[in-house]
Order: sequence, then structure tokens, then C-alpha cells
Amino acid sequence: MLERIKAEIEAAIPGARLEIIPNGSPSGQRSMLIDPAHASEVAKFLRDNSEFHLDYCSNVTGVDYLDKDQTPGHLEAVYHLYSMAKKHGPVILRLRTENRTDKVHLPSLTPVWRSAEFQEREIFDLYGIIFDGHPDLRRILMWDEFEDHPMRRDYVEPDDYEYEPTPHDEVLEKAKHHLSRSSQTA
Amino acid sequence: MTFGTTAPVDEQVLHHSPDGGEGEYLEIALGPHHPSTHGVFRMDVVLDGERVIKLKPVFGYLHRNHEKIAESASYLASMPYTDRLDYICSLTNNWAYALAVEKLAGFQVPERAEYIRVITAELTRLVNHTSTIGFLTQEMGASGTPLMYAFREREKILDLFESLTGSRMMCNYMRFGGCRVELPSGWLEQVKKIVEEFPRFLDEYEQLLTGNEIFMARAQGIGVLKKDLAINAGITGPMLRASGVNYDIRKVDKYGIYDRFDFRIPLGEHGDVYDRYMVRMLEMRESLKILDQAIRDIPSGPIMDPKAKIRGFRPKPGEAYGRIEAPKGELGFYLISDGSPHPYRYRVRPPSLINLTVLEDMCLGSSVADTIVIFGTVDIVLGEVDR
Repeated sequence: MLERIKAEIEAAIPGARLEIIPNGSPSGQRSMLIDPAHASEVAKFLRDNSEFHLDYCSNVTGVDYLDKDQTPGHLEAVYHLYSMAKKHGPVILRLRTENRTDKVHLPSLTPVWRSAEFQEREIFDLYGIIFDGHPDLRRILMWDEFEDHPMRRDYVEPDDYEYEPTPHDEVLEKAKHHLSRSSQTA
Repeated sequence: MTFGTTAPVDEQVLHHSPDGGEGEYLEIALGPHHPSTHGVFRMDVVLDGERVIKLKPVFGYLHRNHEKIAESASYLASMPYTDRLDYICSLTNNWAYALAVEKLAGFQVPERAEYIRVITAELTRLVNHTSTIGFLTQEMGASGTPLMYAFREREKILDLFESLTGSRMMCNYMRFGGCRVELPSGWLEQVKKIVEEFPRFLDEYEQLLTGNEIFMARAQGIGVLKKDLAINAGITGPMLRASGVNYDIRKVDKYGIYDRFDFRIPLGEHGDVYDRYMVRMLEMRESLKILDQAIRDIPSGPIMDPKAKIRGFRPKPGEAYGRIEAPKGELGFYLISDGSPHPYRYRVRPPSLINLTVLEDMCLGSSVADTIVIFGTVDIVLGEVDR
């Protein structure tokens, strides 16, 4: 089915660059990579097309790929679409950012599927993808003053917590480092 | 430092007199506490008199980054952690996660295990819906009695969970490719007894509530959710069906062995609080029908896929999304494997969080007291919302 969807999109939206991503697992759920410039158009097409009628966006996931996992490293938003009217699915869309640092903008699909509203906020919060066109892009789970994005794979937790009186193992190593640092500053 | 995000309430809106008259809008924080259960949740509400004109839910008080923890642990190590998502329905959480891993690794579940899963999941649905309706009446001001009636029945089912899994609520029962332990002797007879007695409780409960004038006045026409919005906002579960959309994953995906049972999907017509109550009531009767058939047909045999590897489990690189009809809506797990013993990406699709998307739309224009009731029919558990 994914091949047919791809062909239809290419016919309807000239210039859209699509690529089918294979899946090595027995689930066989393949996905389609879309270029961000045409993402909103493609999403609207899939929602309103009478044959596919993907009116329901179930799940939106952020994924982080470091440079060592996939070159170049990038952030990804994965959308799982189903059709409530036709009762089929999932059709999986992927959007990729150019890199993990400064070019992390993707178009928001919340105007197409409202169900993405909180989920895109969550990805913004935990991964740092900026969704252009999102109506209310704020942190959702972490507090407003929090910096950094805790779900990124290279996230380092800040050394700002109180250590237990009897640390052991890796916590002991951290505590040693922490105590030597605070004695230097004092 | 403030915790959680604050709603961006426009200062100008806040201090402008409504309708050109005297007085100001009032901004209040409802919470952070859940009006009737554990967990903390805040609604930042702007009021014009007693009318809600803006409502922003605030989350994150119970956030522990469940997904990050799961990505540094083995696949199996996350199984007990899924109990803590929606802690009222731990067995359906187990099932959703097991289903996703089974899709990822291609395990087959033996027939007997499938039946056990259906039985435990439908019992969980009874537990959830009785509690939800009990909490709902509590939120309407019927302190105690209906909730205790519900909890009395719930306790009987939790006793069964305890004798099967060793725990009332944190069951940690399912495994990839089957279930953890065989049913204790006499367990099915006990389930049968509950299934036989439960309709009497439902009749009693309905007599108390369904035609109750006060209940109807508080519930009918309140918090209407339109069909189109419900679909677009990804609402699932009883809340979606109360708005008249026929979408139940047990029927659509036919996961497990749900295609073998004869049951119907109750649908609402108005999408108001009363319909959401009624859909849950009727769903319990359908669950009893499924239980009846499952107890009758359950075969003997193994309860684990012999090919399923639990320790040192490394699925092939790839990804899978598995979803089930949990009592609260679509519960999905999305897993990406890179061939290592830890999931590269572990994502929970929480029905509670996504069902809150339309909370503001349902509450606009209603009074504060109704807002609490509407919120009650969304049926959330904060362990799952905040993860």
C-alpha cells in the first residue's frame, strides 16, 4: 500500500521528495520519509484523500540519532497515522531535521491533526525539535526554566543535586568529583 | 522557580472588563491536585463570573522520564515499570508492551495464554470503569456511597489478581510470548462466580444513577464533544465512542483472539457527560459477555512461546508499533531496536494525555463545578499522563 500512497502523493504534489524506509523487524511496518518543505501539503493530502482518508494521527514520536548512529546525526519526528473511517493503518511518516544543533526546525502537523498538539510539545520539550506553525509551543513535562533536552542521547544530567550520605558505585565516583569541585570553589 | 508550565494568559484579556462592564476576569489555578484520586494535575482557568473562558492544563508534576529509564534498561526490565503508567490497569499496560515486543521480535503467543490475556484484560476493564464511574459521582458531590459500591466490586477482582500474580495492582504478569505463571487451581471458577454476580451489581448501580434526576441534570448536555473534533484530536476509548464514532481496536485490529468473541460496541449519540457514563456502563456488560465466552472456551496447553527468549534478549534491528484497546483508549508502544539488549527508542502513546487535548474545548462556557465533572469523564491517571 505504501508504494501506491507514494505514487499518488508524487502525482498530486509535484516536487515532494519521498523515500520508503525499510524495516528489518518481523513487524514489517515500513515508513515513508518526507521532505519538511512539503510535509504539511502531504499531510493534508493524506487526511483529505477519499481513498486513504487518514483522519486519525495516533502517535507522534521523537527520535534522536547521534553522528555515530546515522551520519549525519539528526532528530526525527515519526507520525503513526490510521483511518477511523476506513479502519486501516498504520501509515508511518518520518520527518528529519538537518542536524542536531542549529537546524532543528520542522513544520508542525498540529494544524492538520489536533492530536499532535501535546505530542509535538513533548518532543519540543524532551528533544528540542522546533515545530514551526504549532499554536502553543511550550515545554510540557519539564518546567519553563529548564534548559537542555533530557531525551537526547548525549544528555548529561546537571550536577546540581544533593548526594546521599553513603554513596556507592557510580554515584560514589560522581560524588567524589562533585565534592572535589565544590571544595575548589569554596 | 515555578514547576510545570504556566499558561500564557494574555494580560490584556485578564484585566479588561468583560462586555464593557465593571469587573475583571479572574485567573485561578485549579490544582495542582487531582480532584478525586492520586496524582497531581493543574488547570489554569480564566473565569468570567463563573463561566470558564479559557482553560490550560498543566502537566509534569509526576514526570520521571519513564521512556529514558526504559532506554537504558533491558526489554524485560521495563515490564514491571509499565504497571506504574496507568496504575489502575496494570494488566492492559503489560499486554500493550508485550504485544509491541512480540511484533518486534515475531513471537507467537500460545492459545491458552491469549485466553488468559483476554480474561485479565476484560477484568481490568471492569475495574477501571467501575472506579471511573465511582470517582465521577464523587466529583458530582455524591460523597462516598456510589464510590464505595464500586470499590466493593473492584476489590473482589483485585483479590483475583492477587491470587494470580501476587499483587493487587502492580501485576507484572505478562511476558513476551505468553504469561508468567499458570492459573492457580480454582481461579477460573472464582472468575465465573464474579461474572455471574456482576450484572446484579450493575443493575443496582444503574438503578441508583442512570435514571437519577440529579445525576441526569448534572450530566446531560454537559461537556459536549463533537464527532469531528474527537477524531481530529485523536480521542480514543469510551470518550470517542460516546461521541458516536465506531472505533474499537478490539474490533479494528482484532489483536490477540478478539475476533473469536461475540460482543458489541456501545456508541453514544450526544457526546456529553451522560453518554460517556452510559458507554462505560454498557461496555462493562459487553466485557462480561466476553468473559463468559472466554471462560467457557479456554483450552489447556502451554502459556509461553518456547522460542521466546527472555534473558539476553536482542531483537533484530527494526521497529514496531503495537497498540491495544486499553480501558482508557488506545495504548500503544513504539519500539526501535538497534540489535542491542536495550531498546534504541521506547515510546508510550498514553491515551490519558491525548484525551486531555480537548479538555478546553469541552469546558469553555461551562461553570467551574461542571468543569470538574467533565474532567472526571475524561478518565485520566497521572502516572500515564506525565510518565
